[in-house]
Amino acid sequence: MSTSAALFTYLLRLGDDNLVLGQQLGALLSRMPELESDIAVANVCLDHLGQARNFLTYAAEVEGAGRDEDQLAMLRDERGFRNAVLMEQPNGDFAHTMARQLFVDAYQVPLYEGLSGSVDDRLAGIAEKAAKEARYHLRHSCTWVVRLGGGTEESHRRMQVAIDAMWPFTSDLFAADEVEAALVADGLAVDPVSIRPRFDTAVNGVLAQAGLRLPEDPYQRIGGRQGLHTELLGHLLPELQALYRANPGVEW
Amino acid sequence: MEQSTVTAAGPTPAERFDQLIAAGEKIEPRDWMPEAYRRTMIRQIAQHAHSEVIGQQPEGNWITRAPSLRRKAILVAKVQDEAGHGLYLYSACETLGISRDELNDLLHQGRQKYSSIFNYPTLSWADVGAIGWLVDGAAIANQVALTRTSYGPYARAMVRVCKEESFHQRQGFEIMMTLARGSEAQREMAQDALNRWWWPSLAMLGPPDEQSTHTEQSMQWGIKVETNDEIRQKFVDQTVPQAQFLGLAVPDPALAWNEERGHWDFGEIDWDAFWEVVRGNGPCNRERLAHKVKAWEDGAWVREAALAHAAKQEGRGLAATA
Repeated sequence: MSTSAALFTYLLRLGDDNLVLGQQLGALLSRMPELESDIAVANVCLDHLGQARNFLTYAAEVEGAGRDEDQLAMLRDERGFRNAVLMEQPNGDFAHTMARQLFVDAYQVPLYEGLSGSVDDRLAGIAEKAAKEARYHLRHSCTWVVRLGGGTEESHRRMQVAIDAMWPFTSDLFAADEVEAALVADGLAVDPVSIRPRFDTAVNGVLAQAGLRLPEDPYQRIGGRQGLHTELLGHLLPELQALYRANPGVEW
Repeated sequence: MEQSTVTAAGPTPAERFDQLIAAGEKIEPRDWMPEAYRRTMIRQIAQHAHSEVIGQQPEGNWITRAPSLRRKAILVAKVQDEAGHGLYLYSACETLGISRDELNDLLHQGRQKYSSIFNYPTLSWADVGAIGWLVDGAAIANQVALTRTSYGPYARAMVRVCKEESFHQRQGFEIMMTLARGSEAQREMAQDALNRWWWPSLAMLGPPDEQSTHTEQSMQWGIKVETNDEIRQKFVDQTVPQAQFLGLAVPDPALAWNEERGHWDFGEIDWDAFWEVVRGNGPCNRERLAHKVKAWEDGAWVREAALAHAAKQEGRGLAATA
């Protein structure tokens, strides 16, 4: 695999993670428990959308086929998406949204901090800004997981159910293949396996503080990086793409 | 002698209030105010806050379907601003001695209203543009006047809200311009949105002056500084040339430039239809309120958990210092 082909796929993976998560968070506005949470979820959503646009725009440039961020976002089908399967898991109740976010944030903080040192200046620049955002997201999701874990009996129960539901999709975040291998050797990308310990430390720390535990069942679902998704993505994409696809070639 | 007695005692609180109003100065939360003034301000600010909060829904309806990532991000930011305005206005309202929880309950029970404009559905992407251009445009016409309203916290909130609203209005107009200059399907979408949003946007500025129950007293108290009809005329005058620039037709056969008045004449608003929506029978009244109530009820366990957790933390803090 050529470096540019690997970089293109790597950028799609980074971009799609944020696009799919941003799309999900966008559906939550006006549905949160309080106005303050509506504002907070919009902030996090905007950060992910901004990251998605940066990564996808760069991906399109690396590809050099004249596509732009919107063509990449709107004209690929399920099998072409490269996001980790965690991102497409449903919003569920507030506990599910926060459990998914905790795992994403605990992964993205070390990922982006590592990528800030990439030999690719463009990628390093995008990651440096994203790392600041991810650190803020992690503070926010940790606060809520601790609050819900240690709040009422019901919130504790719901938070544990949510952790159990989201956990089986976390290994997909770290599933590396020849794409990463090609780029890590040249100092362009971060080896996902190398950031796993920081992820585990962060997650275990917050769960201990919240009085929650990881499920004992070791089952993990992987495949997103190769376009092997859960069935949920096939319902999310038509909503994202319908208007764009119904009017080919126009400006919006 | 009598005069000096009065001077020694100073003006009564009611006289002081009248003096402040007459001098065009602001009434602040600690100032004495007539009970009816307080009630009117609560009603008006609460209705405004509720409108911002309910107003998240019609536009939020298009976030997941926005036609480009740029438009999606702008729309999320806009809906977020509305939540922020709601929060800001609830805080202004709380200075009058009512809590956000009480205001929330009044909205949920249908005892306080929000702007009737948000009871119309957003049926195409162009509606997002039309809301920004027309609805925010009408809101700005109203709110610019309100920056001079007599209640200080409300007037100051309006200054900030107006800045963000004019940004929203430009975004809405830009969506309309892109559609109007786009494909035939896009132009049709834009015209259809203008057709559906024009009259509700005129009506949202409130009943005509002769029918407005609150206008006279509110003008006396400096709460309102321009009448509904004056604001409506300003809005029409500024918006008609924009529609012409877009090459879209304003759906009013009576629309004509009146050289003598120096204003646009426009047709009769269907006030029966307007009052029907205000009474709760618009296309989306039930959905909008149900959506809001559901979000609140679904979030009850989260709010309870946050309070319980805070109480436990406080208990631990006390135990540690004991």
